[in-house]
Amino acid sequence: MRAYFGRRYLLSASHRLHSDALTAEENAATYGKCNHLHGHGHNYVVEVLAGGDVDAETGMVVNLVAMDDVVRTKVMERFDHRNLDLDPLFASCVPTTENLCKAVFELLDGRLWPAELALVRIEETENNFFEYAGR
Amino acid sequence: MIFLTRRATFSASHYYWNDGWSAEKNEQVFGRCANRNGHGHNYTLEVTVAGEPDPVTGFVVDLKWLKDVMEREVLSAYDHRHLNLEAPEFAHAIPTSENIAIAAWRRLEPSVTRGGGARLSRVRVYETPEIFAEYRGEL
Repeated sequence: MRAYFGRRYLLSASHRLHSDALTAEENAATYGKCNHLHGHGHNYVVEVLAGGDVDAETGMVVNLVAMDDVVRTKVMERFDHRNLDLDPLFASCVPTTENLCKAVFELLDGRLWPAELALVRIEETENNFFEYAGR
Repeated sequence: MIFLTRRATFSASHYYWNDGWSAEKNEQVFGRCANRNGHGHNYTLEVTVAGEPDPVTGFVVDLKWLKDVMEREVLSAYDHRHLNLEAPEFAHAIPTSENIAIAAWRRLEPSVTRGGGARLSRVRVYETPEIFAEYRGEL
């Protein structure tokens, strides 16, 4: 019986959207106020969705405590209260929330045993969110 | 294809306990949720149906009809109830969010299918604003 279990985590971090491949004018035109020199921050909501069979003995797809532990060590300790621009994962790509979604997916993929990571959704503000399902 | 979702809330109590295990193992696996006196949540039930808008009404389904189905099939059985003790499907299955999502699907699916306008696509159950489970049927 396949079902999904999801959990939401709050992550506060700063970033600046700026591409070295663009001129200063192009960056300003592309990213607007997100390109301001000193960066800015968000309270991101990271939603992690795990899919798998419901264990007959526990009634669970994945143990919530184990999932929390993986997300804490792989994602929260890495990004929470940090400047995303300085993380090596964003050395060669812009820390847009699209790219943050992919990075979080890759950091968690394969680690939610016995479930599989189905989707990472990141809400940057109450009005924008991004989703990545691994392909 | 349009996906249409309706939310409803219900408040219920439950506990997690596997009768096949020792008390120690139950406490080790389920932690505070194994307290046999139970505890409760304000659950949010999200029901998504999928279909094409009717050319006359523009509706995939009438939202009032969907609300009534959710009330009759799920909320009347779960709202202000103790799930382990009062919902027959949890006499032998642990009322985790996963199992509640599956049970709610089974309660809703015949009525939604009979309604004719759409098929049940997804049932999501939030136990808290941060924790939810989802069931999409057997694909």
